[in-house]
Amino acid sequence: MTSPHDKLAVTLAVNGRDYRIAVEPRRSLADALREDCGLTGTHLGCEHGYCGACTVLVDGVPVRACLMLAVQAHGRPIRTVEGLAGDGPLHPLQEAFRDEHGLQCGFCTPGFLMLAAGVLEREPDIGDEALREILSANLCRCTGYQNIVKAVRAAARRIKEAAGRG
Amino acid sequence: MKPAPFSYHAPSTLDAMLALLAEGGEDGKVIAGGQSLVPMMNFRLARPARLFDLNGVAELDFLRAEGGWLRIGALARHAAFHRPPCGGPTGALLAEVVRHIAHYPIRQRGTFAGSIAHADPASEWCLVAATLGAEIVARSRAGERRIGAGDFFLASLSTALRPDELIVEVRLPILDAGWRTGFCEFSRRVGDFGIAMTAVALRVESGVVREARIGVGGVEDHPARQPAAEQALVGQPVAARAFAAAADAVAGAVRPMEDLHADAAYRRHLARTTTRRALEQACAGSGS
Repeated sequence: MTSPHDKLAVTLAVNGRDYRIAVEPRRSLADALREDCGLTGTHLGCEHGYCGACTVLVDGVPVRACLMLAVQAHGRPIRTVEGLAGDGPLHPLQEAFRDEHGLQCGFCTPGFLMLAAGVLEREPDIGDEALREILSANLCRCTGYQNIVKAVRAAARRIKEAAGRG
Repeated sequence: MKPAPFSYHAPSTLDAMLALLAEGGEDGKVIAGGQSLVPMMNFRLARPARLFDLNGVAELDFLRAEGGWLRIGALARHAAFHRPPCGGPTGALLAEVVRHIAHYPIRQRGTFAGSIAHADPASEWCLVAATLGAEIVARSRAGERRIGAGDFFLASLSTALRPDELIVEVRLPILDAGWRTGFCEFSRRVGDFGIAMTAVALRVESGVVREARIGVGGVEDHPARQPAAEQALVGQPVAARAFAAAADAVAGAVRPMEDLHADAAYRRHLARTTTRRALEQACAGSGS
C-alpha cells in the first residue's frame, strides 16, 4: 500500500540539465525547482496562480509553476530565469528590463521575463494590445507596468534585429 | 499554501482512468489543467485523498467539428480556442469568449471540460454551454450518458456528474450562418472573475428575431438561459427597443448572488447591461 507521503522519483529537465529528485506528489513544480533543484530564481508570491511571479516555460509555454505538480513536469523541457543568460551575456529581455527600468525590487521580474520570453518566441510580431493583455497576467507592485511593456517591446526589436543580422 | 497529502495516479488510457474512478472516485479528484483545482487544494478547500491525472490519456486530447457538432475532448485547453475552432457563429463566439478566461498562462493549462466539471458560477465556458445547449458526455465503467447543459449545472461547484464518472467530451452545436452571437462580461480588471456576463445567440430572418438563446452567468449560482428574455425577443425586429425589453426581462428574472464584489442590486444592474450589450454586439453591422 502506498502512502501519500511516499516520494516519487522525478526527473526535471531544467535549462538543458537533468535534475533527478524525489518528491511527494503534492510538491509543486515551483517548490521542486527552488527546494530540490536549488534554482531559486523562480519566485513564489501568492501560491494560487494569481500573481505570476513563478511563471516558467514548460514545453516552451509559460505556465504557473505553483499550479503544476513537479510529478506532472517529469521529463518535460523546463526553462527558468537561470537559463535565459546562462553563463553568457544577458538575454535581450534582461538587458531591456535594465535599460527601460522595467524592474525595481525585482521580485516579480523572473516571472515577467519568462512570460515575455515564452510569448516573443511564439509571437515575435505580437501587437501592442495583445502584448499588454498578455502581460496583464502578472503582478508588479513597483513599476506601474509601463516600463515593463516598454522593455518587452524594446527586447522584441533587438531580438528581431539580431535575427536579421544572423 | 501547500496541498494536503494525496496519492497520485496517472493512467495512460481511458479504461484505466474509469477503473480508478470506479474504485476511488468518492474520495478522489480528477485533475486536468488544475488551474482551479490546485488553488483550491493549496487553500485546502479541496482535500482529495487521491488525485487522478488525466493528462496522460492522449485519446481525450481532441477538438474537431463533426456532424454539426464541435466535439471538445476532455484535454482540449483554453488556448486551443484563441483561434476559432470551427466556422460560423459558434467558432466566432468561442474565440471571443476565450479572451475573457483568466490569463494567457492559465489558458495554456486549463481545459474546457475541466471548467465544465468545476462549474464555477462565473465560468465563461459554463455560460456558453448553457446558452448553446451543450451536451456533456459522461463516461463510467457502467456506460456513457449524455447530459444536456440545462440539467448538468445544479448550483455553485455542483453538477450532475457522479463520482465514478468522467467528462470525456463536451459537444457544442455548430450554428449555421443564419445565427448571430454576442458576449459581454463585466469584471473589475482584465482576467478577473466576471461579476456578470451574458452570451446570446439569435437566429434572424429579414430583420426579425426567429429564435433566441440568452444565457446569464456570474449572477446566479449557476449559469442559465433566461426564458422570459428570450420570449421578449422572439418575433421582434432587431432594434434597440427589443434589446431593452429583453435586458429588462433578465433584470426582472434573475435572483443575484451577493458577495464582496457586488450586492444583488448591482449584479441585477450589471446583468441588464451585459445583456443589452451582448445583443447589440450580436447584431452590430446588421442594419439594426
